[in-house]
Amino acid sequence: MRIGIDVGGTNTDAALMDGITVKGACKTPTTADVSSGIIAVLKDVLRMTGVAASEIQAVMIGTTHFTNAVVERKRLLEVAAIRLGLPATRALPPMTDWPSDLATTLGRHTFMVHGGHEFDGREIAPLDEKEILRIAGEIKARGIRTASVTSVFSPVTPVMEQRAAEILLNEVPGIAISLSHEIGRVGFLERENAAIMNACLADLSAKVVSSFRNALKELAIEAPFYISQNDGTLMTPDYVERYPVLTFASGPTNSMRGAAMLAGRKEAMVVDIGGTTSDVGMLMQGFPRESAVAVDIGGVRTNFRMPDVLAVGLGGGSLVRDDGARIGPDSVGYEITSKALVFGGDTLTTTDIIVAAGLEDIGDRSRVAHIPAKTIATALDTIHRMVDEAVDRMKTSAEPLPVILVGGGSILVSRQLPSASEVIRPENASVANAIGAAIAQVGGEVDRIFSLEGTSRDVVLDGAKAEAAERATKAGADPDTVKIVDIEEVPLAYLPGSATRIRVKAVGDLVMA
Amino acid sequence: MKLTSEDLHDLAIGAAFLGTGGGGNPYVGRLMVQRCLDEGLSVDVIDPSELANDALVIPTAMMGAPTVLVEKLPSGEEAIGSLRALERYLGRKADATMPIEIGGINSTIPLVVGARLGLPIVDADGMGRAFPELQMETFGVYGVSGSPMVVTDEYGDSTLLNGADNKQMEWLSRMVAIRMGGCAYIAEYSMSGADVKRTAVPNTMTLAMRIGRCLREAKANHESPFDALLRLLPQTLYNHGRIIFTGKIVDVARETRNGFSIGRARIDGLGPWRGTMEIEIQNENLIARVDGKVRAIVPDLICIMDSESAEPITTENLRYGQRVTVVAVAVPEIMRTPEALDVFGPRCFGLDEPFTPIETMT
Repeated sequence: MRIGIDVGGTNTDAALMDGITVKGACKTPTTADVSSGIIAVLKDVLRMTGVAASEIQAVMIGTTHFTNAVVERKRLLEVAAIRLGLPATRALPPMTDWPSDLATTLGRHTFMVHGGHEFDGREIAPLDEKEILRIAGEIKARGIRTASVTSVFSPVTPVMEQRAAEILLNEVPGIAISLSHEIGRVGFLERENAAIMNACLADLSAKVVSSFRNALKELAIEAPFYISQNDGTLMTPDYVERYPVLTFASGPTNSMRGAAMLAGRKEAMVVDIGGTTSDVGMLMQGFPRESAVAVDIGGVRTNFRMPDVLAVGLGGGSLVRDDGARIGPDSVGYEITSKALVFGGDTLTTTDIIVAAGLEDIGDRSRVAHIPAKTIATALDTIHRMVDEAVDRMKTSAEPLPVILVGGGSILVSRQLPSASEVIRPENASVANAIGAAIAQVGGEVDRIFSLEGTSRDVVLDGAKAEAAERATKAGADPDTVKIVDIEEVPLAYLPGSATRIRVKAVGDLVMA
Repeated sequence: MKLTSEDLHDLAIGAAFLGTGGGGNPYVGRLMVQRCLDEGLSVDVIDPSELANDALVIPTAMMGAPTVLVEKLPSGEEAIGSLRALERYLGRKADATMPIEIGGINSTIPLVVGARLGLPIVDADGMGRAFPELQMETFGVYGVSGSPMVVTDEYGDSTLLNGADNKQMEWLSRMVAIRMGGCAYIAEYSMSGADVKRTAVPNTMTLAMRIGRCLREAKANHESPFDALLRLLPQTLYNHGRIIFTGKIVDVARETRNGFSIGRARIDGLGPWRGTMEIEIQNENLIARVDGKVRAIVPDLICIMDSESAEPITTENLRYGQRVTVVAVAVPEIMRTPEALDVFGPRCFGLDEPFTPIETMT
């Protein structure tokens, strides 16, 4: 027995699963402290199913908390974005291609320092330690509490990033540091972007992970807990605390895998409407279509392996303006239960429109009776147009395609969509994310330097693949389901014996007890 | 024409397509040009016919491994330094700059140089695609000397080189580029306006923009971008294109050797496409074989594109598991003459197979 939990910007959902059977599912509003919302939903789902806390074997948590923070530009720390690479790289300073408002939120504290390596491990320039010391002084003076360090060719040799971190930690005790080589792969700007975004989440990640921990402790659930990452596999809480950026696309991955399971469809468009955004992605053979090229998160380019998802600022908590003609992208988020009109608040949200239209009965209907019919009609048109356009944009051909609606905000869609062959609303659709988290896979990874001397690349690769598969199995994957999902090689020309850094990732389904 | 931000996006996509996997992802170059536009600088692209016959044109470019470029970004001064150094050596100011290679990032480097120095950029190039070596230029095929040439790095180190011939220039400058970290910036093939008109592949800059626009508009209209592309090509000098394979990438092997990205990609067929396609890579895609049978061969274009989004995928972005469609395109006649094939035909890449035009393959 296990529980999948999804902590979204608006709702916290839980699904208790026995194998692939949903025993029960619940939904409560996300709370500002995160943990009391988790406690509430866990209590609900345990009570509802009559399952004892001791029977729970594992808890899987998916969260869009970190992605939402970046998309909404909220709860982010100012970051000292330090780059080691001068005199190279000067043409494009850190955050060059960033949305201006996000760069401003992060304070635009960019520093370019002499350092970095060539592809063969030679230094571009020695690390300018004096400059790092000066930056440490600036960091203190400006009151910055987190830094990213990105050095040219750090995936080949991370020593300068590590040395810079050492100096910074020494000078600014307690500073959170994100090193790019621990987060991304070769591809300088994308890796640097990921490191900067990871850095700005340092406070939030510590807070969120500890609230997960406290919630489980309070309910005496002693089963191990995991958090799902971008590729749909699980990682340990300690890891998430340090690398929150690796959860960025876990929401869409979970909801799409959950939707595929619930709808029993393998080829479809999934529209996951939450409280703040709608994520639209395509299912192919039951898995999210992956983006072949760089993916933007909150307008920032990254090179993570992620599902190809279009996020639109439309959710159950989105603000309605201009008599219904303009919706979002801002949302009251988890404060919907105090700010929306039907809950006694003073903000007109999409949920209020649905209630006013008589489509759902939520909260106090009398509080939306005054909304003019014209506003309701216009807002409903706007909502359906936004969803239809998003589906249309993600379609790769004019062929009609079924649309699976999931997520708590799926109540917003009440009509057929011109872009869809049919609209499917599976049972338990509002907790597809939590179900996706619960059926998340486990991974095994090999990442180290191999020598190709006296052997062949194929032999070495086969060995690495077998080892990764074995690790996935050891981590709890069903050996029959394990497959290799990622292979990456970085030749290290500067080392003798044809050394190559090989990274192989295998994933499989968690064995059903 | 004055280049706009939208043109620039289209150019980057079209240049990635014409790069046939090589030439480096134009993203970095696009950002550099965008910075120029943001600063209010003008990027002025002119037709070769607008050049006076006695005008001096100095092409500018990046040379080296694309896998290095995506990691070690330029300082931005390198190519300008090379052009200025060549002007000093020639004792004459350039009237325009030009790409030597339309494929990949080299479509953008001259735009940065032109914008920063206030020089027009000629709508033409010497490769009509991307090639791995500097002698592989129609300029050289039809008699223009690549030397004198200047190579500059981010430190401001620069070398002036006079090769006995263009191949020797390539050989010597390549070692310099490796010493400079695998990636350097050059000015070479300085020539007259008359020579541009005689030896360059014309209008490839605008061709790249047309390809980019065609793919963008097809996607916006939910047409197949592949159909749209195959309809566009007959209206250009690149008058024949076809899909030669669709499948899933099952293996990518590559290494940086002697300053090149060398490797091969294997694609297992999907749907109606049977067998396994193997593509050999030397920075660019050189030859595509299905179970040993040649399907397309250099200098014709072999482009690996994402099957869903129709984005051209460059060599360094090829990954296990990608669903891809391989498109082959005929290059213009100026690139298929016996003289041209002597310089960049299959034999120049160590391939035994003779050149066979894509439109005659069965």
